[in-house]
Amino acid sequence: MDVLIENFDVFAGGFWVTLQICLLAAIGALILGAIVAVFRISPVPPLRAVGTAYVTVFRNLPLTVVMFFSAFGLPALGSNADFLRIPLLDSLFTRLGTDLPYFRFALIALVLYTAAFVCEALRSGVNAVSAGQAEAARSLGLTFSQNLRHVVLPQAWKAATVPLGSVIIAMIKNSALAGFFGVVGDLAQSADQLTSAEGFAFIPVAIGISIGYLIMTVPLGALLDRLEKRQAVAR
Amino acid sequence: MRIKRMAALAAVAALSVSLAACGGGDDAGSGTGDGAAKSFAAGSTMEKLNKAQKLTVGTKFDQPGFGLKGLSGKPEGFDVEIAKLIASELGIPADKIEYVEAPSKVREDVIVNSNVDLVAATYTINDKRKERIAFAGPYYEAGQNIMVRKNETAITGPGSFADGTKKVCSVTGSTPAEEIKKHVKDIVSQVVLFDTYDKCRDALKGSQVDAVTTDNVILLGYIAKDEASFKMAGDNFTKEPYGIGVKKEDTDFRNFINDTLEKIFADGRWKKAWDDTAGKFGATLGTAPTLNRY
Repeated sequence: MDVLIENFDVFAGGFWVTLQICLLAAIGALILGAIVAVFRISPVPPLRAVGTAYVTVFRNLPLTVVMFFSAFGLPALGSNADFLRIPLLDSLFTRLGTDLPYFRFALIALVLYTAAFVCEALRSGVNAVSAGQAEAARSLGLTFSQNLRHVVLPQAWKAATVPLGSVIIAMIKNSALAGFFGVVGDLAQSADQLTSAEGFAFIPVAIGISIGYLIMTVPLGALLDRLEKRQAVAR
Repeated sequence: MRIKRMAALAAVAALSVSLAACGGGDDAGSGTGDGAAKSFAAGSTMEKLNKAQKLTVGTKFDQPGFGLKGLSGKPEGFDVEIAKLIASELGIPADKIEYVEAPSKVREDVIVNSNVDLVAATYTINDKRKERIAFAGPYYEAGQNIMVRKNETAITGPGSFADGTKKVCSVTGSTPAEEIKKHVKDIVSQVVLFDTYDKCRDALKGSQVDAVTTDNVILLGYIAKDEASFKMAGDNFTKEPYGIGVKKEDTDFRNFINDTLEKIFADGRWKKAWDDTAGKFGATLGTAPTLNRY
């Protein structure tokens, strides 16, 4: 177990990089997933088709394939994903602003992939809102977007909290794949480095990174449990 | 009914064995054909391997000149030739060698877990690795170098990464990856690591990185394949003695391989193996390295 203490800075650094990926990917996936969800429940057929197509594609592709498309496909198309260098964000998260595109490629893949699941989690939340609510709102003269914003979505969020949490936890775990597509220094890749280049025994290193991931996922799970209790709607 | 079916199966099996025997003749020239005639100390690894008439070798499948598995299905290169020479000294014909892919990060594990008898895979001898396994050799001394795009002029050596702007690619868990980290200003924004050098080469070609660094012989292989795109930047800046990895406690086997290496250095088989493989890329072999017997 000396490996863990000796290399504490490696694990801490790996944790920090992974946390940055996860935070950014979660923000992106929640936004994009909400947009796709609105598409899927909108009354406009072409929008619904776009939303359905998106979910069908990204929910059914393995994340590894999406990562490959992002990390090796985008460069082949001549893009270094510079559009992700969002002025304010890239000063907060230095890795967005660097010239090295692999952090951004990993983010794109994670966001695209996770958004499909976020969309479905939200949609399950929308379905949990009884139809009478939406009908009542319509009869009061609210438009589709007013209806969505003031009546349906607030209730849908509550019902969707737990499945959304599971989606985000899955995403945190999935982020381990980024280390194998050019992102250097995240938890998974750091472990790889310790076991291969430095020849440390595998098991203690694996325990070390497991702890790193558990620190991110377990508190999130506990938080979700509390949220669920607070938001429980008596029906 | 059942007996009939079993007989048919046996016939098919016999047929396929004889067919395999027919196909096995394409490695002529490496096996000396003396088969089980050699004798070794009872109970030694050499005797065991000789009796089994089978040698399992861990090597790279993606390294031109050293261990590259092409469409023929068998890896080819200098490491593979060295393994064949060791096999022939063990009295095992070259077509009885089984190759297992041993990328950098699993090389110690496949030895420790007995998945292979030896590893010949551009395997740099270093003290950290000696804690888990043992090395025979070196049989070649490479050096780390840097490959850049043809039109690159700003990178002349490892010092060019100190200002923090140039990005460099290498392979996860390799010695060159660790070495180049000492020369960059910020690891996270300057170093890219993949599982194979092919991906680094593509990243270099696509301008996601500015350089690829690893041992000169590997880079020479890539440059030989695509001279229009790549060139070397500067000279070797490290010494990488390549050894044969074996089990840590198996001193007899290690000594045997060392003796074998000495033999092939002297009788010219070592030089010939080089000229047939990595030597074609223009790398020089130099004089035989001094064995590191410990």
